[in-house]
Amino acid sequence: MKITLNGSAVETDQADLSALVRAQGLDPSSLVIEHNFDVIKQEKWPQTPVREGDTVELLNFVGGG
Amino acid sequence: MMDDMLTLGPKTFSSRLLTGTGKFASKTLIAPMLEASGSQMITVALRRVDPGADNENILSYIPDSVTLLPNTSGARTAEEAVRIARISREAGCGEFIKIEVITDMQYLLPENYETLKAVEILAKEGFVVLPYVMPDINISRRLQDAGAAAVMPLGAPIGSNRGLEMKAMIQRIIDTSRLPVIVDAGIGKPSQAAEAMEMGADAVLVNTAIATALDPAMAGSAFAKAVEAGRMARMAGLAGQAEDRPAGASASSPLTGFLRE
Repeated sequence: MKITLNGSAVETDQADLSALVRAQGLDPSSLVIEHNFDVIKQEKWPQTPVREGDTVELLNFVGGG
Repeated sequence: MMDDMLTLGPKTFSSRLLTGTGKFASKTLIAPMLEASGSQMITVALRRVDPGADNENILSYIPDSVTLLPNTSGARTAEEAVRIARISREAGCGEFIKIEVITDMQYLLPENYETLKAVEILAKEGFVVLPYVMPDINISRRLQDAGAAAVMPLGAPIGSNRGLEMKAMIQRIIDTSRLPVIVDAGIGKPSQAAEAMEMGADAVLVNTAIATALDPAMAGSAFAKAVEAGRMARMAGLAGQAEDRPAGASASSPLTGFLRE
């Protein structure tokens, strides 16, 4: 299926947000996920399905002034 | 000076030096800087992760006792700023938000109109909103009506270390604002921070000058002392300064009773 991941159209087979994070090789501890413009808490990632046309933002806090 | 507190929304702070987490050579320098400076509030930014890069969580380098001030850097419109603010709060960064809306990529000067729109929305949603703006008394008044918790006029462009280029306009804001005034951006050395406080600013926000010093902890301490000295000078009510005194000296010892003739 096609989703928009961090602003880019990508093809993915990952069924839920946890799987998507693993597939990206990202450390979940520092990650903030916005899924279709809602922030999803980490404990809800496994139960949050990824569907065709979804918009997913994988974010983290960084240094800034 | 013990009970001379800075109030921002529901919180009070004994330190009037706000700091930032950008540009440190190593994130491990942040905690010692906070310790040395006594700063009780620090900014962070939200970005898309970069797969393959170091995505270490900046939040894990900030002691729990320090209040987080997420910024909306990267936002070009009010809508983008509002979205970043909501994500930051949902992600556990608390109610404080520094609104930063920038479309001018040459000088990184803030866009006051979009900033005001974002403040109007976020204040209604219960955020403690600290907007970074071009110094203008009209925007300062409107931000007050919109429910901002402070107004943060810039001293000079971000990261420029040029000091109080906007001095006269900042003074107008200090003289007219009922909100706390926090001078943000461009402060490059402690004497400039002290000057802002002598002028009557309620606080200053310093990132680049501290983070890029050879010894950020020592720089943080130097800024803290300057902010405190400037604040004390303001509270002490120093007599008229050069600009409002006649030229020439005014003797500080009696001009009579000399031991001669």
